[in-house]
Amino acid sequence: MSEFWSIWIIVLTAANILGCFWLIRWTMKKRAGESAQGDVTGHTWDGDLQEYNNPLPRWWLWLFYITLVFAAVYLALYPGLGKFQGFLGWSSGNTLGAVDSQYQAEMAKAAEKYDPIFQQYAAVAVTDLAAKPEYEEARDMGKRLYLTYCMQCHGSDAGGARGFPNLRDGEWLWGGAPEQIKVSIAAGRVGVMPPHAHLGDDKIDQVTAYVLSLSGRNVDAAKAEAGKDVFMTSGCIGCHGLDGTGNQMLGAPNLTDKVWLYGGSAGAIKETLNKGRNGVMPPHSDLLGDEKVHLLTAYVYSLSKQQ
Amino acid sequence: MESQTTYNYKVVRQFAIMTVVWGIVGMLVGVIVAAQLAFPDLFLWDGISWLSYGRLRPLHTNAVIFAFGGSALFATSYYIVQRTNQARLFGGPLAAFTFWGWTLIILLAAITLPLGITSGKEYAELEWPIDLLIAVVWVAYAVVFFGTIVKRKVKHIYVANWFFGAFILTVAVLHIVNSAFVPVTLTKGYSFYPGAIDAMIQWWYGHNAVGFFLTTAFLGMMYYFIPKQAERPVYSYRLSVVHFWALVSTYMWAGPHHLHYTALPDWAQSVGMIFSLILLAPSWGGMINGIMTLSGAWHKLRTDPVLKFLIVSLSFYGMSTFEGPMMSIKTVNALSHYTDWTVGHVHSGALGWVAMVSIGSLYYLIPRLFGKVNMYSMKLVELHFWTATIGVVLYIAAMWIAGVMQGLMWRAVNADGTLTYSFIESVERTYPFYYVRLLGGALFLLGMFFMAYNTWKTVASGSSEEADDAIPAPAAH
Repeated sequence: MSEFWSIWIIVLTAANILGCFWLIRWTMKKRAGESAQGDVTGHTWDGDLQEYNNPLPRWWLWLFYITLVFAAVYLALYPGLGKFQGFLGWSSGNTLGAVDSQYQAEMAKAAEKYDPIFQQYAAVAVTDLAAKPEYEEARDMGKRLYLTYCMQCHGSDAGGARGFPNLRDGEWLWGGAPEQIKVSIAAGRVGVMPPHAHLGDDKIDQVTAYVLSLSGRNVDAAKAEAGKDVFMTSGCIGCHGLDGTGNQMLGAPNLTDKVWLYGGSAGAIKETLNKGRNGVMPPHSDLLGDEKVHLLTAYVYSLSKQQ
Repeated sequence: MESQTTYNYKVVRQFAIMTVVWGIVGMLVGVIVAAQLAFPDLFLWDGISWLSYGRLRPLHTNAVIFAFGGSALFATSYYIVQRTNQARLFGGPLAAFTFWGWTLIILLAAITLPLGITSGKEYAELEWPIDLLIAVVWVAYAVVFFGTIVKRKVKHIYVANWFFGAFILTVAVLHIVNSAFVPVTLTKGYSFYPGAIDAMIQWWYGHNAVGFFLTTAFLGMMYYFIPKQAERPVYSYRLSVVHFWALVSTYMWAGPHHLHYTALPDWAQSVGMIFSLILLAPSWGGMINGIMTLSGAWHKLRTDPVLKFLIVSLSFYGMSTFEGPMMSIKTVNALSHYTDWTVGHVHSGALGWVAMVSIGSLYYLIPRLFGKVNMYSMKLVELHFWTATIGVVLYIAAMWIAGVMQGLMWRAVNADGTLTYSFIESVERTYPFYYVRLLGGALFLLGMFFMAYNTWKTVASGSSEEADDAIPAPAAH
């Protein structure tokens, strides 16, 4: 903030507070020739509208004074008067490079209090945390973290939603081993199916039939046969593999099971083929830290083992 | 040439009748959006975007604030400025222009908002071509109003006119500054201001929409209709001077309390908070002046439902102007912000204060505009009063409880620092209160139907005399 704006703010703020004070004093003054207290002022409008010359109610005046004094004290202690930071030196922490702000103090206090609770599980293997009875509290903590950070997309029952994977069904796009789950949570994932509209409607139709046949659905056999050629020659195998079972290194889904991230109807598959898909799991390591990611991993891993 | 021996009642009648109509429309949409919150699957024909909550909610706020509230203000300010200055409205056809212009703006809002054409700024959702039209109509309104004051036949300007004058001037400034857009197409413009500055300008506008549109102007209404209906002088001239100037100067600063704990610089948040607190006394000055005007005539409250509307509206005004400064304290705001408490607070002001003072004023005004002594049925006015009062109380009590509950649930943490409740759990627990709120809102709407019927019978009933719209000869004083 420049010197000019700082002074501008100080002058306007002070003028308005002092102005209120002056206004009260000025209005309270008795004036020569005014009507007696409790009498009407002598003006009349629209036939019968008049005003009493009553004084300001005392209790109300005190209320007014108290708020004005409070304002002055507050502005002395806290930021408000332009660049003046206030005698308490307080700041919220909403500016870049803030030090000793309330936000930083509260975060530090929380870290001191809560971090040890999470650290006690940091060295325990995910498989143990997920299964052993003595780690039930750790799993509960993982569940609470899940309900805060994960359920918005994956659902409160971890059953997923269209475009957001089910975490309970034991089917994994990027692998269900503890290390793989942890990478998905910590570093995030980007799953891209490129659009294939350039193949034309006929070929899209055919390859759709073939993809449906992979999971045992009833389709036109001739169409599926033609679709197999398209599947083998148009790049599909690059990610989904020769047998269509996918590739967890790329997050390419297995097409032979009955799990469909974006819908398993012929229409939904055609849409996927034509327009492509972009699935994003955001990274969480910076937000949560290693210890919380560890507990979340254990909780998510335990879900898939309950089936 | 129009006769200069009579007041212009035509435009007052038009706005008065439309106040009732827009009241029903705006509150009906309010009841619909309240029902959508209580029953998210309400509409079987799901998927029609213009019936979705996000489109209807701004339609509700615009309809009740600017269509219902705006029409009530035009009607009463035009009536009061003429009668207290003993002068016919200035500007000839300009007054009619403001009526038809305002009506056109309301219709455009009713079309564009459901279509999703919006600037995204709360209470300023209308896109730039409509904003321009508003500016033109508003300037015409200012010319008519201040022109009438200039040609007044009385020496002193009555207090109600100060409040209307401040409202008209300020809303012009607020609207024009906040609506600075860079037009891209006919239906889309982008705000002229960047980032946090845009947020600050928006809430400087937004809170003064409350402070000047919904408060200052309605105080003007109060200063005429309460002494008239009570047949008593205003309690204190001194008090009206202090609270007027203190109110209009401090309201200007209050906007940042909408942006506590955001990217807004700390100094602006502090200044917004302290001026919001200072506002308590000036606000209560208006309440005291209105309620104390009744001293010596308290017995009238027992029998006069019009006075009940006016006085109870001031009680709600006092309640919400106590609640507002409290909610602006950052520590309280940390609990109340983003919860339904805010919604309860707004409606304690909007239904309890703004709507009830307007309804009371219209019950005074309508018979006089149409040459009648009283409304067709005072029993129905009494019934309206109780329906409306019970409706408001149910509404705000439900939202208080819901809001405090949400705030407490959102901040509850377990021993390990994780959140005790997920967001959806707080939504689940809110449902019972959404049902009560819907009931409260529906009762308030029901009252408006009583009013519409009563107005219809009053206007249409026989034995019509001419309204007393003669301008008296200037009195020497």
